[in-house]
Amino acid sequence: MSSASPFERLSPPADTVTFTFEGETIAAAAGDTLAAALLAAGAGPLRRTPATGAPRGPWCMMGACYDCLVEVDGASVQACMTPVRKGMAVRRLDRVAGRHRG
Amino acid sequence: MADADLVVIGAGPAGTAAARTAADAGARVIVLDEQPAAGGQIYRAVGQTTEALAAILGPDYRAGRDLVAALDHTNIRHLPGATVWRVDPDGTVCVSVAGRGRKLAGRRLLLATGALERPVPIPGWTLPGVMTAGAAQILLKTAAMVPRATVLAGSGPLLYLLAQQLVRAGRPPLALVETRLPSAWRAAWRHGPGAFRGWRTLARGAGMLAAIRRAGIPRYRGATGLAVEGAAQAEALRFTAGGREHRIPCRTVLLHQGVVPNIQITGALRLPHLWDAAQRCFRPVVDEWGGTALEMVFVAGDGAGIAGAGAAALAGRIAALQAVHGLGLIDAGARDAAAAPLRRALARERAARPLLDALYPPSPEVLRPDDATIVCRCEEVTAGEIRALAGLGCLGPNQLKAFSRAGMGPCQGRYCGLTVTELLAEATGRPPGEVGYYRLRTPLKPVTLGELADLAPPEVRA
Ligand SMILES: Cc1cc2nc3c(=O)[nH]c(=O)nc-3n(C[C@H](O)[C@H](O)[C@H](O)COP(=O)(O)OP(=O)(O)OC[C@H]3O[C@@H](n4cnc5c(N)ncnc54)[C@H](O)[C@@H]3O)c2cc1C
Ligand code: FES
Repeated sequence: MSSASPFERLSPPADTVTFTFEGETIAAAAGDTLAAALLAAGAGPLRRTPATGAPRGPWCMMGACYDCLVEVDGASVQACMTPVRKGMAVRRLDRVAGRHRG
Repeated sequence: MADADLVVIGAGPAGTAAARTAADAGARVIVLDEQPAAGGQIYRAVGQTTEALAAILGPDYRAGRDLVAALDHTNIRHLPGATVWRVDPDGTVCVSVAGRGRKLAGRRLLLATGALERPVPIPGWTLPGVMTAGAAQILLKTAAMVPRATVLAGSGPLLYLLAQQLVRAGRPPLALVETRLPSAWRAAWRHGPGAFRGWRTLARGAGMLAAIRRAGIPRYRGATGLAVEGAAQAEALRFTAGGREHRIPCRTVLLHQGVVPNIQITGALRLPHLWDAAQRCFRPVVDEWGGTALEMVFVAGDGAGIAGAGAAALAGRIAALQAVHGLGLIDAGARDAAAAPLRRALARERAARPLLDALYPPSPEVLRPDDATIVCRCEEVTAGEIRALAGLGCLGPNQLKAFSRAGMGPCQGRYCGLTVTELLAEATGRPPGEVGYYRLRTPLKPVTLGELADLAPPEVRA
């Protein structure tokens, strides 16, 4: 996926942690937020809007816009505020966005 | 029973400086911040940074280390990862830490929640790959990541700073597209004496511009008609400058139009706010100590009006002095003696502000976007829909919210509120201050039922 990555790491991560996004394994740097790891991996949109299905990705990276919502273990969380944990199963959020962390 | 003498919300320059001043005076302080480390937006992750990264971010960033280190005091408890979603006028604070809800009470409260970047509603701003300049900086500071094939667009010193940082990282942007008109200098000239006192700020800006020039980054000025093109993600930035149309293919677009106070908590507390015509935003009304209409609540830093990191730290110290005086920990003489030099320094910090405001005004296009442009990102409401409702007699932001759903999504209006105010002001011919802002409600951030249940008394807990 990384060929499409809109961001690049200045140096390879010292420690990596793996998790899955839409079933695909992604290696993140230890300490990354989910948003950083998904951007570095070029994972594409993190969610689609409930109204029109438009693709969205992180906008503010500081927990304010909620455009980075993803689904982790059935709950929606802000990817930019969630540290990556080993083995996390993350999915794109394609359902009603208004119901955060349902 | 209070959990602390002073509860500080926000561990940026204002909050950390205030916490230390209060702790030194003998107050027990709790500092809450939703980020994993102290520092606020300017000094994000400064305590963890490497030398290589600090060199890229520059000397101003490094200076934040001392500020963060100041939290290391026996009287200070810093709770990172603590999201405040409710504040009551009696000083009770509801906060979530690692998915668990908690209630805290302080005898005094300092709101130091800083700024948000101003919304930048242009066509295509909701596409993946379009982010704020601040967001790119956060990725650089916290994850040592830089954008590929990027264009920086908008107005404000932060744009130059980011360009300079990307040059230092060896990844210069493809272009710098400024919406500022060259005539902004003329308007700014009137602030001559203030500008002189703020020469340091200007010299820093000149240094950034020199770095941008040396790197050979194409710079466009007076750009209008900015629009991001792309199907599933950003593919190009289109704009007009110098009488010509331009299209720059790119993979990321970093937008910035300055920063505005984060008024979520002061708004929810129903504190009086005023319209700042120079900075085109609302800010809470505070006295010379950062005091508000509620005796126990103080506001300091960019959350009380944009003045930058140096001013934020000074205002934080001043507010802390008044807070500890109110708690009987220092007398009025000690308070005033300590505050006097801080006030002089604060006046110097603020001197450059009117010039900066005049030099980097937000683009009229983002204040009052075209009809087709999305204003509310969450609910996908366009400027045209808002104008149409205003035409039907909808007068205020709250009525508009009910009719259009603008501001009803999870961001709770953080990235559409000011645009809605400006559009309604334009359509109704009333000043923005009279139009007002969304009525802010708690929870300020969406919370789970579990987090709510954590706060219930034990006997009613499920
Ligand atoms: C994204 C961004 C990047 C910036 N980068 C720079 C820069 O590089 N250089 C520069 O000179 N200026 C920068 N600024 C301007 C900056 O706002 C000020 O210079 C300075 O950081 C203001 O200090 P402060 O203490 O008032 O607020 P901040 O530093 O913004 O600190 C506020 C803190 O409050 C916390 N907070 C807010 N709401 C809540 C809540 N509900 N619950 C818990 N915690 C909360 C935030 O997490 C944050 O850490 C930036 C602004 C933004 C928005
Ligand atoms: S990117 Fe804005 S909340 Fe995560």
